[in-house]
Amino acid sequence: MTAAATALRPARVGRATGRRALPGLGLSLGVTLAWLGLIVLIPLAALAIKPWQIGISGVVAVLLDARVLAAFRLSFGAALLAAIISLPLGLLFAWVITRYRFPGRRLLDALVDLPFALPTAVAGLAMTALLANNGWLGAPLAAAFGWQIAYRPVGVLIALVFVALPFMIRSVEPVLRDLALEGEEAAATLGATRMQTLWRVVLPALAPALITGFGLGFGRAVGEYGSVIFIAGNMPMATEIAPLLIVTKLEQYDDAAAAAIGLAMLVLAFLILLALNLLQRWVRRGRA
Amino acid sequence: MSVEIEAVTRDFGTAANPALRGVSMALRSGEFVALLGPSGSGKTTLLRILAGLDFPDAGRVLIGGRDVAQVPARDRNVGVVFQNYALFRHMTVFENVAFGLRVRPRAQRPANAEIDRRVRELLALVQIPELAPRYPEQISGGQRQRVALARALAIEPQLLLLDEPFGALDALVRKDVRRWVRGLHDRLGLTSLLVTHDQEEAMEMADRVAVMEQGRIVQFDPPHTLIDAPASAFVARFVGDANRLAASVHGGRLDIAGFGGFDAAGLPEGAAEIFVRPDDLRILPPRDGLAPGLVEWSRPAERGRWKMLVAVGEHRLEGYGERAFERGAACALEFQALTAFGARGERVSINGREAAPSLR
Amino acid sequence: MSVATDDAPWLRRLLVMLALVFAVLIFLAPLAAVFTEALRRGIAPALEAIVEPDALSAMRLTLLVAAVAVPVNTLGGVAASWAIAKFDFPGKRLLVTLIELPFSVSPVISGLVYVLIFGAQGWFGPWLREHDVQIIFALPGLVLATTFVTFPFVARTLLPLMQEQGREEEEAAATLGAGGLQTFFRVTLPNVKWALLGGVLLCNARAMGEFGAVAVVSGHIRGATNTMPLHVEILYNEYMFVGAFAVASLLALLGLVTLAAKALLEYWTARPIGIEA
Repeated sequence: MTAAATALRPARVGRATGRRALPGLGLSLGVTLAWLGLIVLIPLAALAIKPWQIGISGVVAVLLDARVLAAFRLSFGAALLAAIISLPLGLLFAWVITRYRFPGRRLLDALVDLPFALPTAVAGLAMTALLANNGWLGAPLAAAFGWQIAYRPVGVLIALVFVALPFMIRSVEPVLRDLALEGEEAAATLGATRMQTLWRVVLPALAPALITGFGLGFGRAVGEYGSVIFIAGNMPMATEIAPLLIVTKLEQYDDAAAAAIGLAMLVLAFLILLALNLLQRWVRRGRA
Repeated sequence: MSVEIEAVTRDFGTAANPALRGVSMALRSGEFVALLGPSGSGKTTLLRILAGLDFPDAGRVLIGGRDVAQVPARDRNVGVVFQNYALFRHMTVFENVAFGLRVRPRAQRPANAEIDRRVRELLALVQIPELAPRYPEQISGGQRQRVALARALAIEPQLLLLDEPFGALDALVRKDVRRWVRGLHDRLGLTSLLVTHDQEEAMEMADRVAVMEQGRIVQFDPPHTLIDAPASAFVARFVGDANRLAASVHGGRLDIAGFGGFDAAGLPEGAAEIFVRPDDLRILPPRDGLAPGLVEWSRPAERGRWKMLVAVGEHRLEGYGERAFERGAACALEFQALTAFGARGERVSINGREAAPSLR
Repeated sequence: MSVATDDAPWLRRLLVMLALVFAVLIFLAPLAAVFTEALRRGIAPALEAIVEPDALSAMRLTLLVAAVAVPVNTLGGVAASWAIAKFDFPGKRLLVTLIELPFSVSPVISGLVYVLIFGAQGWFGPWLREHDVQIIFALPGLVLATTFVTFPFVARTLLPLMQEQGREEEEAAATLGAGGLQTFFRVTLPNVKWALLGGVLLCNARAMGEFGAVAVVSGHIRGATNTMPLHVEILYNEYMFVGAFAVASLLALLGLVTLAAKALLEYWTARPIGIEA
C-alpha cells in the first residue's frame, strides 16, 4: 500500500460516515422528517391528489359553480380589504407603541396580541354579540345610521380585520423600533419637513415590513373560519365564506369537491403571497 | 504531545477555493507554535480539524502518534480556547470550569469534593479564585479569557489550541495576558497551537510560526528566520512591516520604477517585488549619489530617531532619520538592505550598500 | 428623544387617542363582551353551564387532545431546531419553509386533509372500516388536526434563538468530552428553556382553542368528540347563550393567562417571543 493511499483512506471513510463536530444530526433530522412527513406532507399530498378523482372537468365544474365563485370572491376580497385596512391601523398602533410614552402603553402593547391568543370561536361569538342589532355597538349603529353589520359582508370584513391587524402591528413594530432616529435627524438637518421625512425616510424603510405584515395578515384572514362563521350569517351567494363551503361539501360526503375547493384556495393564496414576495424583493432591491 | 499533520485537504464545497490545500506540519512535544495568516487563509479550519470539530477530506492527522481520523472531539482530550471564549452563559464560572469533569463517564468522574478541589486549583492558577460564583456576563473580557483557559485546562489536555484568544481584549491587557499564557504553557509542559492574524503576537509568543496563505503553509520557521529570510513576497509583506516596491528585471538588471536599477544576478526576467524594512531605510539630507525624495511627515521615534514618510514619485516609503525634516522638505534615501522576489518566487537578499549607489 | 424627531404635542395626543379608541373597539370590547354575556344572568347560571356533564367532558377532551398534540410538536420542534441551528445540510431553507407551512393553511383545510386520508371515502377509509378503527369523528382525528394546526409553534420560537446562539458552546462542550445528550441537556436546553416554555404555552393555547380544524373532523358527538370550542358552538346554535359565553369565558381566560405568561417571559428574558409565528 502506498503512502498516498493510506493517507487518503481515513478521510474518505470520514466523509462517507458523515463525520460532524456535534453528534445527533441523524437522530434529530430523522425525528424532524418523520414528524413533518406524517403530520404535514402526506396529508397535504392527499389534498393535491384527491380533487382529480372527479377529473379536470369535474374540478372545473365545482370551482365555476356560482356559489363557489361567490364564496371565493367574499373570502379573498374581504381578506385583501382587511389587510389593506390594517395597513394604516397597524402603522398607527406600531408608531404609538414604539415612539410615544403614555399611561397604558404597556397594556396596549399586550392587548394587541389578544387576537393571537383568543380562540377564534370565542372571538367570533364576541364580535357577533357586539355587532348584532341588539349588541353594544350594533344597536347604536343601527339606531343612528340604520347600519346593519352582523350577518352582512361588512361583518365578515370586521372579523377579518380583527384577525389580520396584529400581524401588521407585530411586523412593523420591531423595524420601527430599530429604525435609528439618526436617519430622521439627518433628514431634518438637511431641511426636510417632518412630513417629507416620514414620507421619504421612514415609510420606505418600513415598506418591506408592511408587505410582510400584509402577507401574514392576508394569509391568516383568507382561511379564517372560527372568527367569521358566527358573524357572517352564512347566506349562500352573499355571506358564505370559502372555508365554510368546504365544510358543507364534506357534510354532503363530496370529499373530492371539498378537496378541489381547498386546493384552489391554497393555490390562489400561494399565488398572492408569491406576488407579495416579489413586490417585497422589488422594494428591497439594492438593499443589504 | 507531538502533532503531525500530513497533506490535509479540506474543501467546503467550492472546489475552486478549498480552505486547506495539502497542509503538512509537525509540532514537537512542548512546543508553542503560532499559525499566522490573514482571515480566510485556513488557519482556523486547521485548528478545528485538530480539535475534532471539523474533518479533513484527505490527509492524516496524528496526535501523540495516534491517527485521530475516527476520533470525535469529545474523545480527543484536546483543550480549546475559542475565539469568543464560548463560555456556557447559564453556568457560573465554577460550573464552566467543572463541566469537563462532570461530563466524564461515571467510572472516570471524580467525586464532587475532588471536582471542587480541582476547580479551585485551576481558578487559582488563572488567578481569579474570587470569581467562582459569578456568571460570564458579569465579568470582564480578560477574566472571561482566563475562565476559558481554566476550563480548557480542566480536562488536563496535553495539546492546547488557542483560536485568536486575545482578539477581544484591549491592547494593554493583551500584552500582559500573552506573556502570562506563554508562561503557563512552559510551566505545565503543554504543546500549544495559537491561531492569530497578529504578527506581533505570533512573534512574541511562539517558538515557531507557520505563515498561512490561501490554504497553504508558505513558511514554518522560528520568528527571526521569518524576518531575516522570508520565503516569499507574501511572507515579507505580512511579517514585520516593509515598504514594497514594484520592479522588473531586464537583461540581468533590476529596475525599480523611479529609482533606477542595479545588477541582480539570480533573478529571472520579468516582474519582481522589492521589500525594504523601515529600519533599513535611512533618511538623510539631500546628497549626490542617493535617491532624492520629499518628506511627507516625520514624527519622533525611539532612540532619538525620527520616523518619516517619504514620497518618491508614485511611491511612499517609511524610514528613519537622525533628525526631523519639515513637511515637503527634500531628502535622500539610503537603502541599507533589501530583499527582492522574482517572478517565480526566487528570493535575493541584497546588501543595500552595494546597490545603493545605483539607486537614484 | 431628540427635538427634530418629536411630533407636535397635539399630534401625539391625537394619535394616542385614536390608537386607544381603536384598541377599545377592536380588542377590548369583544373581550369584555364575552365575560358580560356570560354573567348576564348572574354568576350561578354561568357556573352551572361550566360544571354540566357535557361541558366537563368537553374540557376533558380538550385537555387530552392538547396533552398529545403539544408534546408531539414540542419533540418535533426541538429536534428540527437542533438539526437546523446546529448543522449544515442541503435543503435547510426548504425544511424551514415546510415546517412553517401549516400556518398558511386554513384550519378547515387542516381538518380536511385528514378526512381525505382517514374518512369513509379516504385512502385508508375502507381498510379502517374493515378493522373497525375510527379516526375521523373520533379522538385520533381531533389530535391529528390539532397537531397540524399547532405544528410550527415550538420550532418557530426556538429556531431563531438557537440560530442566534450559534454552535460555539456546543463545540466547546464537545472538546471538553461531553456526549450528544449531555451537550443537549446541560448546554443547549438551559440556554433556550424560556423560549421553549414560551413556544409550548403558545402551542398549548392554540391547541386548546382550535375550532375550524377540529370542527371538520369531530362530527360533533356530544360528550364524545366535542372539544370546548365545539361545545361553545353547539350551545350557541341552540340559543343557550349564557352557557356558550360561560364556556367561552374559560377559553378567553386561557388566552389571557397565556398572554400574561408570555409577557412575563419576555420581561424576564428581555427578548420577544414571536407569538405571531
